[in-house]
Amino acid sequence: MSSTQEIIMAGFGGQGVMFAGKLIAYTGMLSGKEVSWLPSYGPEMRGGTANCHAIVSDEPIGSPIIINPTILIAMNRPSLDKFEDTVVSGGIIVVDSSLIDRQTTRKDIKSIEIPATQMAADMGAGKLANMILLGKLIKETGFLSMDIIKEALKKVVPSKKQHLLDINMKALELGYNY
Amino acid sequence: MSDKVLMKGNEAIAEAAIQAGCRYFFGYPITPQNEIPEYMSKRMPKVGGVYLQAESEVAAINMVYGAAGAGARVMTSSSSPGISLKQEGISYIVGSDLPCVIVNIVRGGPGLGGIQPAQSDYFQAVKGGAHGDYHLVVLAPSSVQEAVDLMTDAFDIADMYRVPVMLLGDGMLGQMMEPVEFKEQKGRDLPSKEAWATTGTKGKRRKNVVNSLYIDPKELEDLNIKRFERYKQIEANELRYEMINCDDADIVLVAYGTTARVANSAMRSARSEGLKVGLIRPITLWPFPVEAFQKAVQTTKAFLAVEMSMGQMVEDVRMAINGAKPVHFYGRTGGMVPTPSAIIEELKKILGGER
Repeated sequence: MSSTQEIIMAGFGGQGVMFAGKLIAYTGMLSGKEVSWLPSYGPEMRGGTANCHAIVSDEPIGSPIIINPTILIAMNRPSLDKFEDTVVSGGIIVVDSSLIDRQTTRKDIKSIEIPATQMAADMGAGKLANMILLGKLIKETGFLSMDIIKEALKKVVPSKKQHLLDINMKALELGYNY
Repeated sequence: MSDKVLMKGNEAIAEAAIQAGCRYFFGYPITPQNEIPEYMSKRMPKVGGVYLQAESEVAAINMVYGAAGAGARVMTSSSSPGISLKQEGISYIVGSDLPCVIVNIVRGGPGLGGIQPAQSDYFQAVKGGAHGDYHLVVLAPSSVQEAVDLMTDAFDIADMYRVPVMLLGDGMLGQMMEPVEFKEQKGRDLPSKEAWATTGTKGKRRKNVVNSLYIDPKELEDLNIKRFERYKQIEANELRYEMINCDDADIVLVAYGTTARVANSAMRSARSEGLKVGLIRPITLWPFPVEAFQKAVQTTKAFLAVEMSMGQMVEDVRMAINGAKPVHFYGRTGGMVPTPSAIIEELKKILGGER
């Protein structure tokens, strides 16, 4: 993998897009990398597409805004439509195939499809599709380690929600082993 | 690594202010700086401080005026339209020679404008957004860590010279998360506030008076001259800037705040293509680091100022260079952010001789 990963994570508000992006940045930081995280802020947070930009790099990070991501994680159709063409050639598009009814038309990228929302619902945790997608991304790319992301998860989950740690870890594992 | 935390710029600014001894915060909500008051509302009561959401920006800045007059370490924060509303109060605080810190997390304007990042309040911050003869000390961090590190300086400079200090950020800096370390800040030896702060006489001394009204013009002139003597000291002692790769540069980029990060990326890419590009990054916007330009002008052939505005800082760059070399400008406005590739394109145009 190249020394810099620029990840756009996008979906509807409420799917845990911001949280998953933060987790990527935190994991990068605990891995000793330079990181940044930038949310989209504004009216789109209410129901439209929400997205965040996470950069994990060996070098100091210039602009935290990502124009051409190396990785796109799309959690809904509008996100795939909006960002598909911006992904760098040779990049990766991860798609929640339970919510997105088409495949990517790009032939020069690696496409990863996983029915994350369905899998999350099956395990009784409908909101953890984001963790399943991350688990799968780590399996396919190896740019973050499962051990460190679990470490990071403990820090990113707020103290009053620590009881949700286990189920989050399980969702990560489920995606990783898919 | 373990002592670093991942924090939003806004939250980190608030925490750094508290660690710098700020115990009073008065504000009114506005995007994209709401995490500052939100954080303050949680933390201030825990450190024995006061958080108060005022009924308006005008009320908030006048509460700052009052707390500063009583000798407190006090801060307010807002974003562009809110800062405009505070201007009258800022002028009164200056006129009464009081210290405080004002954070402006700039968004696109004019008017209500937008909520995305901008640098279009440079003139307002640096040239005096309110009435009267005055300057604000303006600090412009380009990373969350730098914002944190500058916070103690901001309060210390304010107390040292009895002036308001503005921390000028933008929506990107406020909203982004970066790893940040809260280092032990040593602070400075600061003059006592006894001689002027209205802390109660207890019948033992003459009362201190906080005032900005001087009907006698000679008295007012004398006060303004004294204030400008302090500005001279600030210019001599508080200048901050960064120069990168300027020694052999054919062209030097000039950018501050988050735009300097984009410019830095552009510089690194351009260098890898063999273009000799440098960067001057003013950290104090007032006082403006003229000396950096006096150095660079000896060796470089041209300058390119990059801003998230239609061109404001570029005027100070032109004054600093005083016609000795061409100064070009590239900017985006209204919440749009320059990209490294657009900057490189501009660099190539200029180096290729196009005007």
